Amino acid sequence: MRELALHLLDIAENSISARAKNIIIEVAENTKTDRLHMSVQDDGIGMDAETVSRVVDPFFTTRTTRKVGLGIPLLKAAAEACNGYLRLESTPGHGTRLDVEFQNSHIDRMPLGDLPGTILPLVVGSPNVHWVFKYSIDNHTFVFDDEPIKKELDGISLTEPDVLAFLRDYLKEGITDIKIKQSLL
Amino acid sequence: MDKVKSLEDLKRVREEALKKRQAKVVTGQKEIIVGMGTVGIAAGARETLKAILDYIEKENLPDIVVRQTGNIGLDSLEPIVQVVTVDQPKVTYGKVTPDIARQIMHDHVVGGKVVKEYVVEG
Repeated sequence: MRELALHLLDIAENSISARAKNIIIEVAENTKTDRLHMSVQDDGIGMDAETVSRVVDPFFTTRTTRKVGLGIPLLKAAAEACNGYLRLESTPGHGTRLDVEFQNSHIDRMPLGDLPGTILPLVVGSPNVHWVFKYSIDNHTFVFDDEPIKKELDGISLTEPDVLAFLRDYLKEGITDIKIKQSLL
Repeated sequence: MDKVKSLEDLKRVREEALKKRQAKVVTGQKEIIVGMGTVGIAAGARETLKAILDYIEKENLPDIVVRQTGNIGLDSLEPIVQVVTVDQPKVTYGKVTPDIARQIMHDHVVGGKVVKEYVVEG
């Protein structure tokens, strides 16, 4: 993966497979501590302690088509190469939370990438999930919550062309707004 | 100055969508499924899905459902796109780049003609 956003997409897909109804994705850059923190939290079926300890092994997977599951091991390696870490917490029947952190300015820290272009497919492709996305740089935060949007749309499909345009612009503007606020300091 | 979207904009979007719904003929729902397993993502499935959503938006296509699926066991053929229409069995396409996705949208989803050269056999 060449973008951290793609790793977030990969982890969020795990949450969808775990039949989560609520998924919260957070990205937080802290310029003072020079850390980049990301998390994906879900209320899916969760994993027992043994599974959690095995998930970071590239040769462990729940898939039946092959014997390799690289998403989490690769993300863990990427974080550890940048003075960071990956942490997984899970409770069977309640959900899972993945936290991953990087030294923000580390030379090997891959770019965040296209966040709006990552959140949009998730929200539109899995409309039965309640999505919350938070992006912050220091104290400036943008929160995207699809619940009030879906409520307002009242049954109109998210793949309706005008809705797609709205969602895309809303995400793009929200994220750009935070970046602008940060650069103005 | 602040171009931030608000729920007010969304009200207008909803009204427009309702008006369109009354005006058009319903042609039957079409479903497009994009594989988003780790291998699919690494192979560029996100860009493929973005191209599909962009096409829907720009061509103003109604009644299209877009879904994600996990790994379906065709790793070397990712990105995978499946198209389901009311009058045809599910068609699975392989190695779908954004350009090929646009062709599939134009020829198959809109035009009703399967794009044979990218279909995965079996």
